Amino acid sequence: MNKTITLAMGNGGVENSELIQKVIYRHLGNDILAKAEDATPLGALQNLCFTTDSFTVTPLFFKGGDIGKLSVAGACNDLAMMGAKPKFLSLSFIIEEGFGLREFEKILRSIKKELTLNEAKVVTGDTKVVPRGSCDGLYINMSAIGERVADMSQNRIQKGDVLLLSGDMARHGAAIFAAREGIELENEIESDCKSLWPVVEELLGNLTPRAMRDATRGGVAAVLNEWAMATNLCMEIQEQNCSVDESVQGICEILGFEPFMLANEGTFVMAVAPKDADVALEILRRHNDKAAIIGRISDSYPGRVVLKSSWGTRRFLDMPSGEILPRIC
Amino acid sequence: MIAALEARVELRDLYDRFRDPKAIRALAKEIEREAQKLSKPINIMEVCGGHTHTIMKYGLLQLLPENIRFIHGPGCPVCIMPKERIDHAYILAMQDDVILCTLGDMIKVPGSRGSLQDARSRGADVRFVYSPLDVLKIARENPNKKVIFFAIGFETTTPMTAALLQKAIEEGMENLLLHINHVTVPEVMRELIDSRDEHIDSYNNQIDAFLGPSHVSVIAGSKIYEEFPARYGRPVVVAGFEPVDVMEGVLMLVRQFAEGRCEVEVQYRRSVTREGNKKAQELIDRYFVKRELFKWRGLGNIPKSAWRLREEFSAYDAERIYTLPKEEIEDHKLCICGDILRGMAKPTECQVFGTACTPAKPLGSCMVSSEGACAAYYKYGNLLKEVE
Repeated sequence: MNKTITLAMGNGGVENSELIQKVIYRHLGNDILAKAEDATPLGALQNLCFTTDSFTVTPLFFKGGDIGKLSVAGACNDLAMMGAKPKFLSLSFIIEEGFGLREFEKILRSIKKELTLNEAKVVTGDTKVVPRGSCDGLYINMSAIGERVADMSQNRIQKGDVLLLSGDMARHGAAIFAAREGIELENEIESDCKSLWPVVEELLGNLTPRAMRDATRGGVAAVLNEWAMATNLCMEIQEQNCSVDESVQGICEILGFEPFMLANEGTFVMAVAPKDADVALEILRRHNDKAAIIGRISDSYPGRVVLKSSWGTRRFLDMPSGEILPRIC
Repeated sequence: MIAALEARVELRDLYDRFRDPKAIRALAKEIEREAQKLSKPINIMEVCGGHTHTIMKYGLLQLLPENIRFIHGPGCPVCIMPKERIDHAYILAMQDDVILCTLGDMIKVPGSRGSLQDARSRGADVRFVYSPLDVLKIARENPNKKVIFFAIGFETTTPMTAALLQKAIEEGMENLLLHINHVTVPEVMRELIDSRDEHIDSYNNQIDAFLGPSHVSVIAGSKIYEEFPARYGRPVVVAGFEPVDVMEGVLMLVRQFAEGRCEVEVQYRRSVTREGNKKAQELIDRYFVKRELFKWRGLGNIPKSAWRLREEFSAYDAERIYTLPKEEIEDHKLCICGDILRGMAKPTECQVFGTACTPAKPLGSCMVSSEGACAAYYKYGNLLKEVE
């Protein structure tokens, strides 16, 4: 076989099935895929949750992850945030002619590793190869189905609830930015890209949070603003409780970003009833020692997010707008 | 406390020392104590948009006593760009063989034909760069295109544009052009003090003192402000951009009033001298010469307030090479940016603030960039002091 992906490998014929059988199945094969049907019967499932996402990140490989890990974690995290256990995934590749088989297999290995963490399977997929220049390396589309085990929603958020953040902010956005702009740092920034089902499963075993949302594009600021608008309540945040890595802060200083606005890929915001706050924090801390209680929900400025400084001043934290950074995920 | 800040500055210091809550609180207390000695309120104009941003982002107004007030000045290079010049950028960007490069916020500011972002969605090749020198690489990689740098900024960024031209000349590059919109600080400060309506006494400016931006003086020196205490009786403190810097700058101004002094002082001693950076000044003089007049959005034509390329570098001057419209475009009639910049009105007093005029659809200059007074008010709100 060729060491690069050719247009013929997307032809639906011999080379195409060679790519699927010899390369993709080698890493991701399972009993369901082995049947090689046009569509996959999934049997009886309870309380279905369904999500989809496309991944176009550049660079494809970054410190802390790659497009393969990012896509499984991204799709499964969307389910986890709704209290759904990831079960079945679809996987579609759009690959540029000439893409290295070595890099392709590296991506497949990451996908496999992340699937194992989520105890989920790829059960259907597709591969297209497009002429050189028609796409930038490789894109992935992934849909995921999960079974819902807890009933969480932003509609359940109430005045008095406590807000928690599962780790430090803005790592993914800063890591991608540093890689893309060729910014060299003393301590290279590692993306927070991570599957969240393990920590969510542990949380759900001990409490039912009101709502969770992973702070992807738009960062923590977008999540808090979405919740403030949806509930018409005020998210009051203590700025110094939201931790930011030193190198990430450095990138933000150089480029004029706010860490609150940069993307995360494995960090989430959670609202819980006051009585559950301590338990929730303890569990989050077991997975990330930067997790913290960051604020409370009040009705002082309905629909707005208020950021409190450690020197006693307050300001609004707005919804991010404009082109912050395209192709981050 | 402050002397201790003079040592070597590292990036980490920004958020350790210059945003230290204890230092900020201590300075607030000291300002309050000194301000009790004042017989009347003082209005401080922070000339630079960077200061406006710091003041609003860190909520510093909430820490100041009632008799210390701020007038937000015109020092945001994006905000003061008149529509006709944004149109120049748009027209240049829409040429078939042109790549237009510019800095950050400039991309989203609308002219009469749309913003550069709009131009891009209509097929133009518009790129934003972090440093003017990044344009060299783009020009090298695209020898068959004209690469035009739409240069904006105050004294701070002007030498970088000069350095870009110097490199382009050294390398014999023929496809790199410049459209120069560099402006200078002292001229607009003078304009703000001098400008008055002869028939309306209450329309005189309200500025009692200036907070000058440190990065401008790193290049131009603190000497550029000496005329303000001497000729106009307005003290100036050159201050840095972190909250501790701004608070200390305010304290220094308040002390001048309390002690009956009126002079230029430098808070940002970590890199400002009286003379500034001579090499950078020479670089500017070699390539640039002052324009007779330059129109500032919201303020009108101000003499000698901007640079253009010298005659001998006409071959690099996009303004000469391309035919660009010369007509002036009026500011929106409901817009009171001129009054806000002169300290006659607060952003929230404008009838279109936050309604017809928002950062997404700005009518006036002060709303266009996060450094503009209206945009900063809109974005961060102006929340009251917390009752504890």
